[in-house]
Amino acid sequence: MSAALDPATVSPPKSDIILSARGLTKRFSGFVAVHEVDIDVERGTIHALIGPNGAGKTTFFNLLTKFLLPSAGTITLNDRDITRLSAADIARRGLVRSFQISAVFPQLSVLENVRIALQRRRGDSFDFWRPQHVLAAFDEEATARIDEVGLSVYLHEPAGELSYGRKRALEIATTLALEPEMLLLDEPMAGMAQEDVTRISALIRKISANRTILMVEHNLSVVADLSDRITVLARGQVLAEGSYADVSQNERVIEAYIGAGNE
Amino acid sequence: MTTPSETEIIAPVAARHVGTPRHHIAIFAGLLVLLLIAPFVLYPVFVMKVLCFALFASALNLLLGFGGLLSFGHAAFFGSASYVAAHAAKVWGLNPEIAILLGVFTAALLGLAIGALAIKRQGIYFAMVTLAFAQMVYFLAVQAPFTGGEDGIQAVPRGRLFGLIDLSSDFTLYFVVLAIVFGGILGIYRIIHSPFGQVLKAIRDNEPRSISLGYKVERYKLAVFVMSASLAGLAGATKAIVFQLSSLTDVYWSMSGEVVLMTLLGGMGTVFGPLVGAAVIVTMESYLAGFGAWVTVIQGVIFVASVMLFREGIVGVIAKWLKKPL
Ligand SMILES: Nc1ncnc2c1ncn2[C@@H]1O[C@H](COP(=O)(O)OP(=O)(O)OP(=O)(O)O)[C@@H](O)[C@H]1O
Ligand SMILES: [Mg+2]
Repeated sequence: MSAALDPATVSPPKSDIILSARGLTKRFSGFVAVHEVDIDVERGTIHALIGPNGAGKTTFFNLLTKFLLPSAGTITLNDRDITRLSAADIARRGLVRSFQISAVFPQLSVLENVRIALQRRRGDSFDFWRPQHVLAAFDEEATARIDEVGLSVYLHEPAGELSYGRKRALEIATTLALEPEMLLLDEPMAGMAQEDVTRISALIRKISANRTILMVEHNLSVVADLSDRITVLARGQVLAEGSYADVSQNERVIEAYIGAGNE
Repeated sequence: MTTPSETEIIAPVAARHVGTPRHHIAIFAGLLVLLLIAPFVLYPVFVMKVLCFALFASALNLLLGFGGLLSFGHAAFFGSASYVAAHAAKVWGLNPEIAILLGVFTAALLGLAIGALAIKRQGIYFAMVTLAFAQMVYFLAVQAPFTGGEDGIQAVPRGRLFGLIDLSSDFTLYFVVLAIVFGGILGIYRIIHSPFGQVLKAIRDNEPRSISLGYKVERYKLAVFVMSASLAGLAGATKAIVFQLSSLTDVYWSMSGEVVLMTLLGGMGTVFGPLVGAAVIVTMESYLAGFGAWVTVIQGVIFVASVMLFREGIVGVIAKWLKKPL
């Protein structure tokens, strides 16, 4: 690239790679959970991260979002090095994650859960002197988000009393309310009934229209159906990468899955 | 969980979440009427003591029940504010309102220092850090000359409010204390029902999730810690003026424990629980005073029994019955 000669570099167009990691490594007292992983996630795609239990997928997510400090390696988001940013700052840059175990605010109502995400648009909420009904401005949008995941009947129920599958749906609605540029979903369908899986799959496809998704998922039919590209992780290392057809034919992948006693 | 019928859920949507719940306004109004009558029926100094502890427990509850942070060192804020207010009124001869404000300011600064270090720790470690710092404050109070050591600061003049209103009569003082405490508790009510309070509850419920939504949780935790310390200071400083005394009891660890007990007994995370908890414990202490050291034992038994029988506390249980937040 002849950057100096190209007039377009005055305001460079965003590259096709939204998120990339180089040599990302995490050691836990001698044990290497993630070992020199390189990944490039293309903008606007659904990229799946699969692998047997204990492969290091969640740890990898934790590194990307700084819930864990990497032992080595770099992370870039939109061509900016974000390796040193705090977890909250990474979320503010538009890279928002969900959690493998359901993460809702149990004592808040379903409406309040989603509103907490929308409230971020006000910036910081240190205004302890204002009545909370200033937040009612977000109710309409929150209700629409909740409707999208089929939870409108539970609007005023405490989130802690929802069934597991519904908590996951609420979590997705909350994440989407932030309108993140990129989402990291850690097993969004785990523990869901088939009918919910279908609904959430459709939702993920819908929202992927103008954003990028990196998703860990064990349900391979969902992965095959949704993803543009797949990275297979085993024992902390990248085993294969490519389309579903490529990856599912790969002998090392088949071996790793059988070796781990998983399918 | 029972699936609620559609009509049941959809009907109240519009009415909910707008403004202060009516039953809260009714309770506050009823409480105010009772407290205005109280000094004509009960011994004013006793009711003032209940009021000071009600504010102290509400301050702790702001941190514990809404911020999810258990401080075992709140006596540091209560006690240091009490010492500073007593010193300012007695030695510097300042008006009571200025003395109290200086006490609050001291508690706020101390809260900022202790809070900044404590919020880096989670759960029980947080409680231990606050306890450790409170013990340091206690040690300083024992050593520092201005606190009067074992004697404390005695015969603190109540002075004149704004230099005008003589507070030496218990009756006059009562209404000033009522205004301070009621104002403080309404302030706490506003904090927990503000946009800030909403984020606070989210952090209490699920800290990692709050971070993943982009909230800088340490700042919210520090902010609520300083608010709670300041309000605990307001309670301590007011108590020093009421009893005209500031002593080591106010900074001792058992004071920290007692306010936790009041909060849990009344119902942490409820608005009115700490008031009920404070009233019960203070009443018990004064009626059981004849039992001497046994008071502590009786308190302990009641505490264990209440924790085992109803974990939500008195008001928490009532709220569950009524299916309304109290
Ligand atoms: N904090 C930690 N300390 C020590 N070891 C850890 C820690 N977190 C994860 N590990 C280990 O790292 C490995 C990878 O775990 P990780 O949770 O990332 O796997 P995963 O691919 O998400 O698995 P699953 O499909 O079961 O969710 C596991 O062997 C796990 O025991
Ligand atoms: Mg995992």
